[in-house]
Amino acid sequence: MVATAGTSVEIRLPSRLGFEKVAMGTAASVAQLMGFPSDRIEDLKTAVAEACINAIEHGNQLNEKLSVGVILSASNDKLEVKVVDNGAGISRQPPRPDIDRKVHGEEDPRGMGMFLIQALVDEAEWVHDSKGKGSYVRLVIRLEKESAKENP
Amino acid sequence: MQAETRTTIDRTSGANGASISVLRFTGDISSASKDSVLGAWQNVAGSHPVLLDFSKVEYINSSGIALIIQMLMEADKTGRKVAAFGLTPHFQKVFTMVGIAKYAGLYKDEATAAATL
Repeated sequence: MVATAGTSVEIRLPSRLGFEKVAMGTAASVAQLMGFPSDRIEDLKTAVAEACINAIEHGNQLNEKLSVGVILSASNDKLEVKVVDNGAGISRQPPRPDIDRKVHGEEDPRGMGMFLIQALVDEAEWVHDSKGKGSYVRLVIRLEKESAKENP
Repeated sequence: MQAETRTTIDRTSGANGASISVLRFTGDISSASKDSVLGAWQNVAGSHPVLLDFSKVEYINSSGIALIIQMLMEADKTGRKVAAFGLTPHFQKVFTMVGIAKYAGLYKDEATAAATL
């Protein structure tokens, strides 16, 4: 395993849908170097993709003159991912998606992204830069989660 | 950057010999897949059950999940049964988390899925 603690990887994505896959691949590579099991890497990939899609679509409004920053910071026991955009952030969490309401046309079939992010990583927070310079979502997955589950 | 979505329409039989339509997806399922996914659904004639084949799908995001929910909305209106197969363990988990499994059974392979319809 490659020593990764204390290292950081940064990439910048154009605000164009599809480029979230670049962030997914990068996050998966870092998580693999850190020794995360494959199922946690899949969770991370989906969470990072959804965070980037939100940043591209809602934060930067698909404005290709703006970029989305993705900063991956590795430590001994966790990987932190910040996805930064130029938007105002979210004022409140959307309600938990309700599949019955969606299938019966009472709720927009979209709107699963934030729910998936929260469900798939160990920590997720949405932060608005008080200086008005954009906002970011911060995701964390912990390396010991599997062993902690096995040895509560 | 996103792999194009291709959807082909196939036909198989259930355990009792009843006709089943099979939508076979290839590539990514995302916001760019709307015409391919929903267009194929519109082209599935009749009222027989539908199988969704994800065995050649590489990537599904929340916009793609919304398209699948739109197919389930259409199925619900007409009382059509839907089942899915070929999902990776990760996407089986995601589909269960978001509730899709309540409206479309998720199975490992086509034969098992077809036998339930």
